[in-house]
Amino acid sequence: ILAMSSAATTPPSVDKVDGFSRKSVRKAKQKRSQSSSQFRSQGKPIELTPLPLLKDVPAQEQPDLFLKKLQQCCTVFDFMDTLSDLKMKEYKRSTLNELVDYVTVSRGYLTEQAYPEVVKMVSYNIFRTLPPSDSNEFDPEEDEPTLEASWPHLQLVYEFFIRFLESQEFQPSIAKKYIDQKFVLQLLELFDSEDPRERDYLKTVLHRIYGKFLGLRAFIRKQINNIFLRFVYETEHFNGVAELLEILGSIINGFALPLKAEHKQFLVKVLIPLHTVRSLSLFHAQLAYCIVQFLEKDPTLTEPVIRGLLKFWPKTCSQKEVMFLGELEEILDVIEPTQFVKIQEPLFKQISKCVSSPHFQVAERALYYWNNEYIMSLIEENSNVILPIMFASLYRISKEHWNPAIVALVYNVLKAFMEMNSTLFDELTATYKSDRQREKKKEKEREELWKKLEDLELKRGLRSDAIIPT
Amino acid sequence: SAGSCHSVSSSGMAGADGDDSLYPIAVLIDELRNEDVQLRLNSIKKLSTIALALGVERTRTELLPFLTDTIYDEDEVLLALAEQLGNFTMLVGGPEYVHCLLPPLESLATVEETVVRDKAVESLRKISHEHSPVDLEVHFEPLVKRLASGDWFTSRTSACGLFSVCYPRVSSTVKAEIRQHFRNLCSDDTPMVRRAAASKLGEFAKVLELEYVKSDIISLFTALASDEQDSVRLLAVEACVSIATLLPQEDLETLVMPTLRQAAEDKSWRVRYMVADKFSELQKAVGPEITKNDLVPAFQNLLKDCEAEVRAAAANKVKEFCENLPEDSRETIIMTHILPCVKELVSDTNQHVKSALASVIMGLSTILGKDNTIEHLLPLFLAQLKDECPEVRLNIISNLDCVNEVIGIRQLSQSLLPAIVELAEDAKWRVRLAIIEYMPLLAGQLGVEFFDEKLNSLCMAWLVDHVYAIREAATCNLTKLVEKFGAEWAQNTIVPKVLGMANDPNYLHRMTTLFCINALSEACGQEITTKHMLPVVLKMSNDQVANVRFNVAKSLQKIGPVLDSNCLQTEVKPVLEKLAADQDIDVKYFAQEAISVLALA
Repeated sequence: ILAMSSAATTPPSVDKVDGFSRKSVRKAKQKRSQSSSQFRSQGKPIELTPLPLLKDVPAQEQPDLFLKKLQQCCTVFDFMDTLSDLKMKEYKRSTLNELVDYVTVSRGYLTEQAYPEVVKMVSYNIFRTLPPSDSNEFDPEEDEPTLEASWPHLQLVYEFFIRFLESQEFQPSIAKKYIDQKFVLQLLELFDSEDPRERDYLKTVLHRIYGKFLGLRAFIRKQINNIFLRFVYETEHFNGVAELLEILGSIINGFALPLKAEHKQFLVKVLIPLHTVRSLSLFHAQLAYCIVQFLEKDPTLTEPVIRGLLKFWPKTCSQKEVMFLGELEEILDVIEPTQFVKIQEPLFKQISKCVSSPHFQVAERALYYWNNEYIMSLIEENSNVILPIMFASLYRISKEHWNPAIVALVYNVLKAFMEMNSTLFDELTATYKSDRQREKKKEKEREELWKKLEDLELKRGLRSDAIIPT
Repeated sequence: SAGSCHSVSSSGMAGADGDDSLYPIAVLIDELRNEDVQLRLNSIKKLSTIALALGVERTRTELLPFLTDTIYDEDEVLLALAEQLGNFTMLVGGPEYVHCLLPPLESLATVEETVVRDKAVESLRKISHEHSPVDLEVHFEPLVKRLASGDWFTSRTSACGLFSVCYPRVSSTVKAEIRQHFRNLCSDDTPMVRRAAASKLGEFAKVLELEYVKSDIISLFTALASDEQDSVRLLAVEACVSIATLLPQEDLETLVMPTLRQAAEDKSWRVRYMVADKFSELQKAVGPEITKNDLVPAFQNLLKDCEAEVRAAAANKVKEFCENLPEDSRETIIMTHILPCVKELVSDTNQHVKSALASVIMGLSTILGKDNTIEHLLPLFLAQLKDECPEVRLNIISNLDCVNEVIGIRQLSQSLLPAIVELAEDAKWRVRLAIIEYMPLLAGQLGVEFFDEKLNSLCMAWLVDHVYAIREAATCNLTKLVEKFGAEWAQNTIVPKVLGMANDPNYLHRMTTLFCINALSEACGQEITTKHMLPVVLKMSNDQVANVRFNVAKSLQKIGPVLDSNCLQTEVKPVLEKLAADQDIDVKYFAQEAISVLALA
């Protein structure tokens, strides 16, 4: 008993880290960094022979020296080892800086021999197998991204490459021999990098390549397709979805009319299913932008798009439901009245479910549609169709929603409907009760039908027991 | 439309009962079309009932066409449909008519959603066996071909899973076509399809004739294993196991090993991870000679890989790999090649690697025997017992039984104790919970004296842990200890402490006394229960906290069967009657329940 009391006064050390604290608080604060998985500890120090500065040699020697510097910069350092090769890392950094300046201001440097060397240097530096993610439940909204350790060099390589692509002397006809499908494929894989700074550079690089290499455009689109499909249907993990969508947004903008079947298929079979992914919030703005771009190009796509959204409407995630409602409003903002009529019934059946959602943010977001003048005008024109769909939900919530703000909003909506079409409104109010009773009766009939069917199954099951599969 | 249905259904089963008007197909189809997804889903899940009501003929002529035509629905409904149709053979009239199920399943096999497609393929595979060889060629195989040459990647992906079920039962001309289709899909333009093909490569190889395994499969395997996408390459590693098993030993070196060596050194860690993860299977498939020459160095490299993921996967396989080494050279290989790597892993920078190693390292002692264990492994065990990461220590402790058999646990007990104590007080309750679960095992191995001296106080301290799950586990632990050490030990060491808590000011601790009594009474037997425990329980019926009082009622119900009837009548009954008149509703409820269960009314 003595031992007990001492144990009772000094309980096992208190759970300081246990429990319900936010993940970001629990996690160590230090910034995590990662590096390519290509380094095996070679242990050998790297030696580069310092070269003179480009500006210090005569102009005719510069192209040759430029090539030599490019070759030197193919050497890749291990940045996870913060102590190794410090001097040489610094040398490469300053050389890269010099190369960036050189391609920006110099003229006549871009000889035909330089192209393969530039592409080789860029490839050696940026193409690498991305390491495994540190936490397998990485939550981009809560967790700090893992940063690329070799960024001091990598950034300059990207910077250099972009200046190269943007240079006035740059000739796609020569470059296309080296910047080919294989190059693009590897570039696209890098979009999975956890480091947002890298993805941002990649976005610019890919955009430039798409702009300058007409022969690669279809290929790039197809590969992005594949990345998205894999993301939606296989892994649900890819860090660069938002960046790729951003590029696509401007690509869609440039599509010629009438839209090719390939592009329509991309919209329906790839962009719409992207809505199903769990991490939608990370790229929803870019996705919605792409969708609206498509609809502005070709309004006849409205119906398949809205039907697609309705098919994938979130069942359990209210946060996503609010995003869907937001996107739908963006679509309704640009919808043509002729298209609206085609889709209004299924659409307002869904909206009627949303306004009666017990989650007040969902209900609220849906009810805000009635503040949108253009949507209001569409509703008014079609009130004879929409009002009967909406009425039962609105009437019921006005009586029983738990949240007073929602009830107030619903009153406004009901009032608006009453002003729009008072005859129909009165009719619906009068028949509300009998309609509910009719529904109940129908429900009861269903139950009876199924009961009969089940009895039958039982009877049949007794008569020939082999017939019912288990 | 209901009217027209009647005329079709003259031979339907419902007609035989003369009540087919109850089940016009329109009504049933309405159910399948119900606006509410949930109701639609319910109806689809009872599709067999609907089919039963319609009879086999109308199911074939009306229901299935309807299902085929209205395939556009929520994926959840489609999934249920795909599953149902796999069990529908009898409902369409048996194997003779099973091909009627192909059209709807074919559509389902092309939808976007992976789970639906996979389920459709699963059902197609299932019903393929119910096709006669003729039907297989006339109906099933053309479907596979259509899927294999579909426009959108989904149908081609589905086709990959169907080749192996029809191949063994078709003519050689059709076999040649199937092989050609599979070849095409292995080099499909879309990585999704190549992945699907790669994942079925091993399965397909198994049904092929050996000559085609050598001619077709090997070239496909080599190509997939050097695909530009690592997600494809890694699937080829899985296929490698099946393929190597199928080939005669003399062909392995030329046909399989170059690819496997390349995979073990792939530039993508995902591929190397897969090799590490499949290492035991690969080892068995290639046999002892290749293992000695090739796999040992490959395994060493994986244990030293630059990615922690790969090292952890390899570390997990250390024991199995060593166990499966050929006996003649096992010890030498382990001592000279594997153990040095293992030693390095003990101080790895990544805790998952150390923890993976700790979960298997103890198993090496049975393979290496007493002397080697003491000289080489013991220092590693001790180092891991002191590891900063609790999971590593736990994994060592949870596997103590392996060492116990070889060298006896005493060798470790000095280091064991501090490790146990530290885990027992870890800040994470899940860690504490895990160590509690090993207590009975440890007690058995360390013996009663050591236990009383060193571990007993820990076990008692857990009883007053501030996490309920720990208190609960501690209670359960006591029962197991009593089962091990006997009632007398219980009476001397545990019972007094447990009963002492009945006077604790904290009602949670007082309730723990009751929970312990519930758990211990049976193991301790009638005498201890009647003499020592019962008086305490009865006294607690006056507790001022209602929760304690109704737990008294529950405890009395629980220990009642251990007591004799005299004691029940004279001591328990009056107290329960008093509690049954308590002002608290729950106390009343449980007291009444106890009275009726113990038949004291």
